[in-house]
Amino acid sequence: MQVSLVLILIMAVLFACGVYAMLERSLTRVLIGFLLLGNAANLLLLIVMGRPGLAPFFDGETPSDEMTDPLPQALTLTAIVITFAVSAFLLALIYRSWQLGEADTVEDDEADIAVRERSIDTTDTMDDETEIEDTDDDATTDFVDVDTSPITVLGSRDFAGLRDDAPVDRPGNRGGDGS
Amino acid sequence: MIEFAPALVPLLVTLPLLGAAIALIAGRHRRTQVVVSVVTLTVVCVIAAILLYVVDSGDQAIAVSVGGWPIPFGIVLYVDRLSALLVVVSSIVLLAVLLFSVGQGAADGDDETPVSIFHPSYLILGAGIFNAFIAGDLFNLYVGFEILLVASYVLITLGSTESRIRTGVVYIVVSLVSSILFLAAIAMIYGALGTVNMVQISERMAELPQETQLVLHLLLLLAFAIKAAVFPLSFWLPDSYPTAPAPVTAVFAGLLTKVGVYAIIRTETQLFLDNDVNQLLLWVALATMIVGVLGAVAQAELKRILSFTLVSHVGYMIFGLAIATPAAIGATIYYMVHHIVVQTTLFLAVGLVERRAGSTSILRVKGLMKAAPVIAVLYFIPAVNLGGLPPFSGFIGKFALFDAAAEVGTPLMMTLIVGGIVTSLLTLYALMRAWNLSFWREEDDSAETEARISYLGASPAGVETERRVIPRIMTASTMGMVGVTVALTIFAGPLYDVCTRIGAALLEPVTLVQLEQQHELSTGGDGDKEVAP
Repeated sequence: MQVSLVLILIMAVLFACGVYAMLERSLTRVLIGFLLLGNAANLLLLIVMGRPGLAPFFDGETPSDEMTDPLPQALTLTAIVITFAVSAFLLALIYRSWQLGEADTVEDDEADIAVRERSIDTTDTMDDETEIEDTDDDATTDFVDVDTSPITVLGSRDFAGLRDDAPVDRPGNRGGDGS
Repeated sequence: MIEFAPALVPLLVTLPLLGAAIALIAGRHRRTQVVVSVVTLTVVCVIAAILLYVVDSGDQAIAVSVGGWPIPFGIVLYVDRLSALLVVVSSIVLLAVLLFSVGQGAADGDDETPVSIFHPSYLILGAGIFNAFIAGDLFNLYVGFEILLVASYVLITLGSTESRIRTGVVYIVVSLVSSILFLAAIAMIYGALGTVNMVQISERMAELPQETQLVLHLLLLLAFAIKAAVFPLSFWLPDSYPTAPAPVTAVFAGLLTKVGVYAIIRTETQLFLDNDVNQLLLWVALATMIVGVLGAVAQAELKRILSFTLVSHVGYMIFGLAIATPAAIGATIYYMVHHIVVQTTLFLAVGLVERRAGSTSILRVKGLMKAAPVIAVLYFIPAVNLGGLPPFSGFIGKFALFDAAAEVGTPLMMTLIVGGIVTSLLTLYALMRAWNLSFWREEDDSAETEARISYLGASPAGVETERRVIPRIMTASTMGMVGVTVALTIFAGPLYDVCTRIGAALLEPVTLVQLEQQHELSTGGDGDKEVAP
């Protein structure tokens, strides 16, 4: 099987960038990372297809050793559709996350924080994360406090008239759980 | 009976999808939605039972090629005893949890809230699970996984409140990574072997050098281990499951990780039978059991305790699989069936506790024994069962596993048996402590008791929700599930026989010729023979 070295290099770079971007806390970057990873995987499927050739189902007379392998193309198409659907869902999720908390970041789990605080009370400071503080740790996006910021970041709470209109599944706290 | 059985196989996937479409259209008519979902899942359950009977009595798996392509090229749906048994169990669980959620929704009177999306998503989740169980090629397994995952993304963020978005994000991102790994693994396997059909993969695998096999093997295992929540990759589960609505958590806990375990079973038995990573798997199983259950002991919130025990008990299944004798694999299958049912039942029971007491923190809930004796029974039976006390199915499953391990008898096996017993006792400890605090503690309990349990955390964690009445249908469906767990004990004999046959069959992989024969038998011999491979 002959494969193109260029494609392999592109795939490797895409995988690397995708993983790097997914390690960020910002959900938008996670989405970008996911898209890169998805494309890298699709590219991998195309690479294993082997040498490109003639269309397999075009006229029925193509000799089989000149055909392109059609199966990876079918697999790639399916994978693209799935990636598309998931990205749409992720975008909706990011929007909702921003609407609720002015933030599009991955938050720490409440119980994890509780457990962490419990262990701080005892003496061990080995993995005391509060020691290391980054100034923009609490920033909800990349552009907070940057003068040249291209985007003014507004959260849902900056708009008095913005109502949390997403329906909730518990009638007890309809319409206002986000605050 | 065998004549029409193959025609039933695709219905396992298409019926729930059709039901989802109807339920989506009927979004404004709650009652129609409920009827459609219940009918669909009941029919699927009946079909699965028929298929199990046909496959088991005929001693012949059913292979259906969808779309009429000759067998190694097209999509093959493959129903053997394992697939049929798991589809039966999962459709029963899905049906019971659906009734539970119907009761919950009806009681809360949420006519215009987004539960209109619940039924379609739930049915699609079911379609994905069934598709994964009957997939005959790796790519179709991937598609099955994606169907169920996308539906689960919707269900876990249902209502999109702040806490659900927060925990949902963790779940979604982790699942995305595992899906990409799975897809990359499929591409590599296709590159190495030129096929995605599982039977053909297992035939051609022997031609590859052991090192290449190992790489492909570990890549697939990595993807599945994330889904099955096996130890180093299980961190996401206790974070994300507890915040979802009770019925959703129940069905996730029971079924989603088991789909991952099912994929691992297929990987170990069918695809990579000659490539042996059992030593690694045994250590991983030990770590999963111990670390998971230690997490459960440290928690003070019922749903989190259960999530951690869920992780730890996945370890038993990996353990059984890594012993790799027919008896051990049979025991694994039995344990898997037991665990699907019992874990779901426990989550449903905790859902009832949450409604009754307004909290799931064992520091806050008290006096339930007097206030709600029925819930007490419904919690106690599955809890003891999960802990593995005789005579329940948990004991039978664990005993069979340990027995199979003792037969091999290496020092590592003995270590794992000890680890398994310790895990079982610690599970019992965690669940019984919750039982003592939530059910037996008096309402007006003294400061002394408060002080004694303060090591679990100074202030009770978790938000207090309002206490609500429990509609009869919720109790009834939980009772039904408890009944199923007891039935697993009563009918352990025949069920265990089936599991033993599965174990024996799994270690002798089907060949392509056999698959074609099965297909011809299924289609009555009018298969499309004109295209020779």
